[in-house]
Amino acid sequence: MNAYAATEVEAEPSYLTAGQTIKSWLLTVDHKRIGLLYMVSITLFFFIGGAAATILRLELMTPGGDVVQAETYNKMFTAHGVVMVFFFLIPSIPAVLGNFLVPLMIGARDLAFPKLNLASWYIYMLGGAFTLWALLMGGVDTGWTFYTPYSSMFSNTQVMAAAVGVFIVGFSSIFTGLNFIVTIHKMRAPGMTWRKLPLFVWAMYATSIIQILGTPVLAVTIGLVGLERICGVGIFDPKLGGDPILFQHLFWFYSHPAVYIMLLPSFGVINEIVPCFSRRPVFGYNAMATAMMGIAVLGFVVWGHHMLVSGQSMYAGMVFSVLSYLVAIPSGVKVFNWTATLYKGSVSGDTPMLYALGFIGLFTIGGLTGLVLASLSVDVHVHDTYFVVAHFHYIMVGGAVMAYLGGIHFWWPKITGRMYPEIWGKLAALTIFIGFNLTFFPQFVLGYLGMPRRYYEYPPEFQVLNVMSTAGASILAVGYLLPLGYLLLSLWYGPVASRNPWNAAGLEWELPSPPTTHNFDEIPAAVERPYDYPLREHDRVDS
Amino acid sequence: MNNQSDHTALHDHLLPLSAYFKVYAWLMAFLLLTVGAAYVDLGRLNFPVTMLIAVIKGVMIMLIFMHVKYSHKLVWIFAGASFLWLLLLIVFSLNDYFTRDLLHIPGK
Amino acid sequence: MSIAEPRVEHHPAQLAHHFEDLGQQHESANLGMWTFLATEVMFFGGLFGAFCIYRFTDPVAFAAGSHHLSVLWGTINTFVLLTSSLTMALAIHAGQTGEPKKQVRYLLLTMLMATIFLGVKASEYYEDYEKHLIPGPSFTTDLKELGLPTDVPEHTVQHTQMFFVFYFFMTGLHAFHMVIGLGVMAWMVLLARKGRFTRDYYTPLECTGLYWHFVDLVWVFLFPLLYLIDLHK
Repeated sequence: MNAYAATEVEAEPSYLTAGQTIKSWLLTVDHKRIGLLYMVSITLFFFIGGAAATILRLELMTPGGDVVQAETYNKMFTAHGVVMVFFFLIPSIPAVLGNFLVPLMIGARDLAFPKLNLASWYIYMLGGAFTLWALLMGGVDTGWTFYTPYSSMFSNTQVMAAAVGVFIVGFSSIFTGLNFIVTIHKMRAPGMTWRKLPLFVWAMYATSIIQILGTPVLAVTIGLVGLERICGVGIFDPKLGGDPILFQHLFWFYSHPAVYIMLLPSFGVINEIVPCFSRRPVFGYNAMATAMMGIAVLGFVVWGHHMLVSGQSMYAGMVFSVLSYLVAIPSGVKVFNWTATLYKGSVSGDTPMLYALGFIGLFTIGGLTGLVLASLSVDVHVHDTYFVVAHFHYIMVGGAVMAYLGGIHFWWPKITGRMYPEIWGKLAALTIFIGFNLTFFPQFVLGYLGMPRRYYEYPPEFQVLNVMSTAGASILAVGYLLPLGYLLLSLWYGPVASRNPWNAAGLEWELPSPPTTHNFDEIPAAVERPYDYPLREHDRVDS
Repeated sequence: MNNQSDHTALHDHLLPLSAYFKVYAWLMAFLLLTVGAAYVDLGRLNFPVTMLIAVIKGVMIMLIFMHVKYSHKLVWIFAGASFLWLLLLIVFSLNDYFTRDLLHIPGK
Repeated sequence: MSIAEPRVEHHPAQLAHHFEDLGQQHESANLGMWTFLATEVMFFGGLFGAFCIYRFTDPVAFAAGSHHLSVLWGTINTFVLLTSSLTMALAIHAGQTGEPKKQVRYLLLTMLMATIFLGVKASEYYEDYEKHLIPGPSFTTDLKELGLPTDVPEHTVQHTQMFFVFYFFMTGLHAFHMVIGLGVMAWMVLLARKGRFTRDYYTPLECTGLYWHFVDLVWVFLFPLLYLIDLHK
């Protein structure tokens, strides 16, 4: 019998309607509201980063530099990178979906430190303010990677302000990770053992480990760059005995694991969507969890593959290359297991599943091309070309962004209590898939043919592929604007969602859509095994 | 498993005061030892010896002053993992610096 | 899905609404503090790593820089900070036994030790300023003043300046953490005086203690790395 049937009849307000003042939102400690605050903020930054990308692709339609000057172009790709990496990708799934879902999935009333959670959002906004100020006051032209000695000595753009912004937003990431780790250890409902955790929670845990152990190193590295800019003491200046490559070691020690901060949560989302829409339990639960933890750990010892042609020793390059091949293995395991989950499943093509299927294909391509880059000799040819750009966009956009959108659609009814229009959902997913591939596949070819990245001009023979890429980008832009439109409209005009419109397994689907502020009336005492598909007859709810 | 009954009582690991004073005495002794050893020429062992003494002092502070010895195994893992990660950063970076010019190829 | 027994109505004042009992709350705070300390290890660790790299690539320069530091004052400061760790441990002990007067006493003693440490550090910094050892335009380049032999390669003087960059950044960052610690301890004194810490609830005190011991731990490594390089030479 549905234990929550009684609550559906009572007038218990949902977390959305309990408290309607602005103050109740800006001073909330409810993890669900904080997730929504983040959702609004990161959407804003996504479109700012997208605007910068628009300028890039417009410039690249023609071989000559005719839309913007070279310096402006440099500022545009820096803005695109800084905003997308630090203010969209890294927070996205953890701060929006993680914040909303982790307590629900483990049977808790909130995260371990609700006030720290709110502080984390304000810190994010403060970092965003500094960075936006930097962009508006002339921009930064160092690239999102802030390489020295250019960033520490020669660039006369707003490096300090942007560096301060990134430094600050790093703490937002750290505090989110801290909150998740303690919550998952200490606030699981009795009966919710580690082996019964949804894989999304495992993903959040693995991500949090990286956030905790990696981000502080980025912070201190930015501090050193700032020190160098202000005092000119030669930490990274070869003329004064410093080593610019030291910056790269310190920077990539964080920034490589950072890409797993962006990727592991995506794995978590896919792990929830694929079983639901195949009506089968996930294949190889233990391997899936182990793989994610393995990626979190191994991801910390491969950073030198970003520096294979930088001047680090040949021996170090070999070590990092081998380890990079190793870290691809757990990712491969996951792709095989998703495939095995789909096999002989009852697969349906709802919007979240379209995003998930797209993810599996595009992430695989992105991952395999990573191996190409990790190969020492080939990397000499493709390093700093569009091959790299295509590789990481396949993972970050074809992977992480699609997983984020899939997750937003999957949990939209739970978060808002409304359903989005399925036709538009499918249309947008298809548009994004087509636009994405048209944008980025030509870039693999361009890179292989030798077109360097971060250049605003190129030889005329590359124009056809560049025009294809820009055409794809315009389709992609339409694809991203569609959900912005119909998801917003669904808040007013969408049909009211039932408790469990997807017949999905998981504690969050036992709660009303949307849930109450305190989540559970009583903390669940017994928990079923995860992905208990196909669900038993009496758990099915038709509406 | 994290049942509510698993939450350990707050009155555990109440150490006798003498434990703290003993550790303090050892810390003082090791402080004198490390300063003294710095003035003795041990060749290439100077640095490892200094670091070893620092590690011993650090371990004592963590185990007794910070109560790690009497804490949940999870605390051991968290404390240990942070130092392990720092080691990864240092070792893998030095892996580059110590092997520069290893193959006698210019620039590698 | 079954429903758990409704929980007992007893609700201590210090229990936050999202926790089930004080035990869970205490363990969460403790684990949270350790997680935060892990981030601090990596934060300082980045600097330690960079320091080690430069030290091993130019040991002569770093030894010369280190010889300018006063081993006497460094040892005294280490002694002071280790003592403050003892007094802090005693303050936590008083928290566990629920003795407010002792909590206040030992917290104040810890704060006194911290202030002495910072005072010594300030006077060390001032001495470095007078000897033109502050990195930047005023840094001395005279080989004799720096204590370098005359036949050193070109970068040695700059690497000696690099030593001082790390010296000031690392000890400065450490001192900044101590100042924050002083502030937190002052707040704990105010709470302890009101009798807020009992045998059942001394979590903020314990977290403060963990933080302070960590600050001490950083110095235990900083001192030999910075002050004790090649003293036998």
